[in-house]
Amino acid sequence: MLKNENIKKIEDLKARYPTTKALVLPALWIAQEQEGYVSEDMMKEIATLLDVPFGHVLGVVTFYTMFHTKPIGKRHVEVCTNVSCMLRGSKAIVEHLEKRLGVSMGETSADGQWTLSEVECMGSCGTAPMFAVGEEYYENLTPEKIDGILNGLK
Amino acid sequence: MTMDKWILPDIKDLHTITVYESHGGYGALKKALAMKPEEVTDEVKKSNLRGRGGACFPTGLKWTFMPKGTEKPKYLCVNGDESEPGTFKDRQIFEFNPHLLIEGTLIACYAMGITTAYIYIRGEYGKWITMLEKALSEARAHGYIGANIAGSSFSTQVYVHKGAGAYICGEESSLMNSIEGERGYPRVKPPFPAQNGLWGNPTTINNVETIANVPLIITKGWEWYSKIGKPSHPGPILVGVSGHVNKPGVYEMPTGVPLLEIINTYAGGVPGGKRIKAVIPGGSSTPPLRGEMLEGVSMDADSLKAAGSAVGTAGLMVMDEDTDLIAVLARIAKFYYHESCGQCTPCREGTGWVYKLVKKFEAGKARKEDIDLLMEVATNIEGNTVCALGDAAAWPVQGMIRRFREEFEKRTVSSVAEAAA
Repeated sequence: MLKNENIKKIEDLKARYPTTKALVLPALWIAQEQEGYVSEDMMKEIATLLDVPFGHVLGVVTFYTMFHTKPIGKRHVEVCTNVSCMLRGSKAIVEHLEKRLGVSMGETSADGQWTLSEVECMGSCGTAPMFAVGEEYYENLTPEKIDGILNGLK
Repeated sequence: MTMDKWILPDIKDLHTITVYESHGGYGALKKALAMKPEEVTDEVKKSNLRGRGGACFPTGLKWTFMPKGTEKPKYLCVNGDESEPGTFKDRQIFEFNPHLLIEGTLIACYAMGITTAYIYIRGEYGKWITMLEKALSEARAHGYIGANIAGSSFSTQVYVHKGAGAYICGEESSLMNSIEGERGYPRVKPPFPAQNGLWGNPTTINNVETIANVPLIITKGWEWYSKIGKPSHPGPILVGVSGHVNKPGVYEMPTGVPLLEIINTYAGGVPGGKRIKAVIPGGSSTPPLRGEMLEGVSMDADSLKAAGSAVGTAGLMVMDEDTDLIAVLARIAKFYYHESCGQCTPCREGTGWVYKLVKKFEAGKARKEDIDLLMEVATNIEGNTVCALGDAAAWPVQGMIRRFREEFEKRTVSSVAEAAA
């Protein structure tokens, strides 16, 4: 269920667009910030709130890679392996992360603390290699630096 | 390399409105508001500013496509989706000079009679969205956004729309669908956005860096601007250098700087003094150039076109002599396979097929005939899709085969067996 303050946030955004359908992405962001993912019930609630079919909301959620339909780890480590990061050693970063977190790429640790994902170019090419945790970017990484960063995130 | 910097000048706290205003910020907006809208468009047209998002389309000309005297609402979309691998320039504008972007957006709105602008930013840039939102609130508080801007009769709104992780939404019609709350599928063109864009209304889409050039043109005049860099593609340009260089980063320079000067002077050369094997000059979709082809090639549309590549987003990726180019191509192919929206069969099926073939070379399991097959598959994607993602997926493959055929030949089953014998 969306919290009242979040329903208000969505209502307030209505003035920005001529249709309520345009609020599907902003509403999904608000829902995901609240719950960490977007459940089917949440999609139904958004569909009702915005007067669009549930199937439409589901279609949008599954199209965009940043929306999660299932809960993920408390910390989401997203590591870029695209060309600029690859040329500056992202392979060693991935290997170190897998070892350190005890998960393979795409998995969540058994204690639900960490999810490790490979992502496409994040726009950190000049400060490669990198990973992001939430909105925070960690750049110019070396395997040695990673342990300190992860310890700081606990 | 001593050129003044206009888009990202070295001014402390320029991201705040007080510092921005103390350096003449929002002066271009006031100057524009005292001109007729068509005079503003004309100034941009004469300046010869060309889009910085990849296609190099003349910006002023694009603005003239917007209908005049229509009853319909008109929209501006500022494209900050910035997802082309190797590209990280717009991010610098959001962080270091957001008011320049806001000022350019407002001038563009005034010139085209637009009352709502959406700045579309990729979802991964949450931190930079917060920075831009802060600048937008400051601009609102100072009377630059909303009703009767800077005391004039002109009113417009500027909003940020956050993407959610889809490269395709940097394609202008996908971007509009994404704002409308749809899946990011590209639309068939025509009709073009200037006739039938957001919610069926006249719409212009410009890249963040393009819009950030507009205040400069208004302040200094088109004649001054058109003399910066290459006359056919003038102005300052943000070049993002990454890969095997000593000082990767975004560098502002006039268009037309030789690629070798960018690599060796701006970016401090290749570590260990190694030879350059290849460069990808303008983001992952632009065809690679061989290191020995770089002499005489410069960072502008015409020079790179003549060299058989493109300026793209000016995201220059440098690869030294030890680079496994097949592994690089495999990663690029994986990217397009992942990012294809799946709407058109040649792209949906072709990008996956291309990826599998390149992986076969990477594993040393390909046959010699697979080189031609790979070329054929790529060529059957190119030009056969609704949007340019298909082309973007095909060009690096075709370019890599044309320029580095020996790399593929070395990785066939028979070559690998021969080398092992």
